[in-house]
Amino acid sequence: MDTQNCFHCGLDIVKENEIIFDDKSFCCNGCKTVYEIFNLNDMTCYYDFEKSPGATPQDIKGKYDFLDNENIVNKLLEFQENSTAIISLSIPHIHCSSCIWILENLQRLQKGISTSQVNFPEKRVRITYNPEVTSIKTIVYLLSSIGYEPYISLENYETGSNKVDRTLTYKLGVAFFCFGNVMLLSFPEYFEVKEYWLDQYRGFFRWLIFALAMPSFFYSASGYYVSAYKSIRSKMLNIDIPIALGIVVMFVRSAFDIIMDYGSGFFDSLTGLIFFMLLGKMFQIKTYSFLSFERDFKSYFPIAITKINSDLSEVSVPIYEVIKGDRLLIRNQELIPVDGILISERAEIDYSFVTGEAVAIEKKSGDKVFAGGKQIGKVIEMEVLHSVSQSYLTQLWSNDVFQKNVEQKHKTITDRISHYFTPILLLIAFASFGYWITIDANTAFNVLTAVLIVACPCALALTAPFTFGNVLRILGKQKFYLKNALVIEQLSKVDTIVFDKTGTITTNKKSNISFESSSITAKEGKLMTNLTNGNLALVKNALRGSNHPLSRMLYDFLPEVEKLNIDVFEEITGKGIKACINGIEVLIGSSELVKDSNLSASSLSILEKIEEGKTSVHIKIDGIYYGKYIFKNQYRAGLEQLFVVLDKQYEIKVLSGDNDGERKTLEQLLPIGTELIFNQKPEQKLEFIKKLQQEGKNVMMVGDGLNDAGALAQSNIGVSISENVNVFSPACDAILDATEFQKLNYFLQLSKNSITTIKMSFTLSLLYNLIGLYFAVTGNLLPLVAAIIMPLSTITIVSFVTAMSSYYASKK
Amino acid sequence: MSVIYLLITISIIIAIGFFIAFITAVKTGQYDDDYTPSVRMLFDDELLKSTKKETTVEKNEDHNLEE
Repeated sequence: MDTQNCFHCGLDIVKENEIIFDDKSFCCNGCKTVYEIFNLNDMTCYYDFEKSPGATPQDIKGKYDFLDNENIVNKLLEFQENSTAIISLSIPHIHCSSCIWILENLQRLQKGISTSQVNFPEKRVRITYNPEVTSIKTIVYLLSSIGYEPYISLENYETGSNKVDRTLTYKLGVAFFCFGNVMLLSFPEYFEVKEYWLDQYRGFFRWLIFALAMPSFFYSASGYYVSAYKSIRSKMLNIDIPIALGIVVMFVRSAFDIIMDYGSGFFDSLTGLIFFMLLGKMFQIKTYSFLSFERDFKSYFPIAITKINSDLSEVSVPIYEVIKGDRLLIRNQELIPVDGILISERAEIDYSFVTGEAVAIEKKSGDKVFAGGKQIGKVIEMEVLHSVSQSYLTQLWSNDVFQKNVEQKHKTITDRISHYFTPILLLIAFASFGYWITIDANTAFNVLTAVLIVACPCALALTAPFTFGNVLRILGKQKFYLKNALVIEQLSKVDTIVFDKTGTITTNKKSNISFESSSITAKEGKLMTNLTNGNLALVKNALRGSNHPLSRMLYDFLPEVEKLNIDVFEEITGKGIKACINGIEVLIGSSELVKDSNLSASSLSILEKIEEGKTSVHIKIDGIYYGKYIFKNQYRAGLEQLFVVLDKQYEIKVLSGDNDGERKTLEQLLPIGTELIFNQKPEQKLEFIKKLQQEGKNVMMVGDGLNDAGALAQSNIGVSISENVNVFSPACDAILDATEFQKLNYFLQLSKNSITTIKMSFTLSLLYNLIGLYFAVTGNLLPLVAAIIMPLSTITIVSFVTAMSSYYASKK
Repeated sequence: MSVIYLLITISIIIAIGFFIAFITAVKTGQYDDDYTPSVRMLFDDELLKSTKKETTVEKNEDHNLEE
């Protein structure tokens, strides 16, 4: 078949549906319309930067009606005045330079917009517009019509704009300013020459250095004093104590030296040390602004929902104002925000956000529907049973795990080292002081301060940030996004891995489909494994018009066939498809749809044999029942090998919210001894993890849906698997792109190796400390020696850890 | 008074000037997004081209009218 790509969105074009406009081919009307809009406004430059950058606009009729409600709009706006308003919208489709270009030229498409600015890493656009001329709803519709539908969720509701903490940048700026100038001014001191010129200005230079070191000491380093004070109060010896001690002693001794005119002091080393340590802190922070690790149900839920008043008029209300007894209208693809009872006759609800299961569940009038489901198909009505905060899904968030402040509950490797380091350091300092005091009191004080200065564990404190910072970047490139550097250390300590089944080790994208034919099609006593080609063509063509997830999966599964014209097409909600092709009636769907009295006994047996945990789609062509397609879970590629490798080092468990229909398949697939637990509710999953932790295990939970949210939060490391990292993932410590799932073991090994790197580097930095201590204890620590040792150790440590971690990363 | 005092004072003042510039740049959020501006600055040409096209079209129309 001729595969031509759409000029707008780059998808394959089906020949019959091809639309040629302005000598360019498009796959559908939507794409053509977008092109037309751009063409009319002379903005076809859009297609010059990137080939086929667009997305097909989705049908959004009625979806954004809530933007008419002024109260809701006010909550979304960042700024508002009579003739100016600013709104920041998140647009997941932003992905290339064409996107930036078109979104920054919105003012040419819509009157009233004055400027728009894209923030590419965050995938947001900030629009300044005149509310008297245009409205936010018009803007959202415009964006959607050109294929950039904004993502507005409950999360946006309370926060108009968020503040960024830039303190570290300021501190680093101050530290660098002081360091550079002090270094420059101390240069003459490094030359021990008696010269008139140097002697004359020595005092001036020293006082200037003193003044320049002040901001660095009092402002930039302030974090260390606070941290040291806190750790003393909580009786934990962390690395910040010797650092703060070293800095303070260095400052006091240097100030004393300069005031009493004894020497130049150690201000060059002091400011350098502060600068390098802050640099390490900065390096460790690698944020993925387009990801969110703190997502809760709010980012899944819409802001407003359509309520039906008693006089049958429809009105948009904010979700928080929905109360028990309200009647709600849920449109196609809309999320059900609260628990309730279905009033409409039928509904098909896709709970994939909650359970990871892609196959929609059918509900009948009077059934309970739970929050988190997505309606597929027709508009439904429901009556509210619980308000948002009391709904089944949202109640999970009232669990203690989510209330806990995520203060560091575990000790870092650096802290554990300093647990020994600090007492030993103090011991050496006072021992040498005790020795020298018997000889010369003046030297004794010099030695005491020199020991504390030289032993200041600058290199030690730099090791972990630089190693983790580097590993964080390496993992990020491989689509394993960590929340922060501490996660790496926790990853290395994991000994038990718990996997969720649906959506985590299985994939929703593909399904394992098999065909079971009825005896009518059997020839010479043999059952056929598939339909005849002619029938296949009929089925595939009938499926093409349907948007039901099962139809899409089956459509993708069936081989390519020639296109046939469909005469009649009808989608019966909850039942299936009825189509008429060349006069032949094709029925595809549930057993109810195809069942009639003419079926033979053997067909009936196949029809009615319900297999646990499996979904089937029945086929009936021209009144004859042919059989059914059975959908099984498709396990992720590389799963078997991954589990075999993981099994050697880790205890593996599989938790599932489903029934145990898949137990046999799983047992075959996974190494012997893998614990399989089925029928787990979200709270039970959480309890299961808790129990393992009480047994002293370090648990890593790998999950995906909102139903794993509790377990992810409770576990030592919660890893969320995501098919599309930009949009949905529950709160967790790390997000793993689903395509990289089989690399999980590699990531775990890399984290272990990074700890090895840190240990090696610790030895190296202790060596430097010993050399420095030799000078200090013997009373020979000149400022020059300190000024050489300090940057030298820093540079070697930083290059050593970077080289080592990159080496381990390249080792597969 | 020696020239060295003057020169060093000037150099420190200049350094402080740059330092203040850096702080204000951070404060106004210029470092928040380090990718988009790099793409944006390449757009100016295309923008001009397309507006030029518009103006030439208008001009042609004017010509036609005059003729």
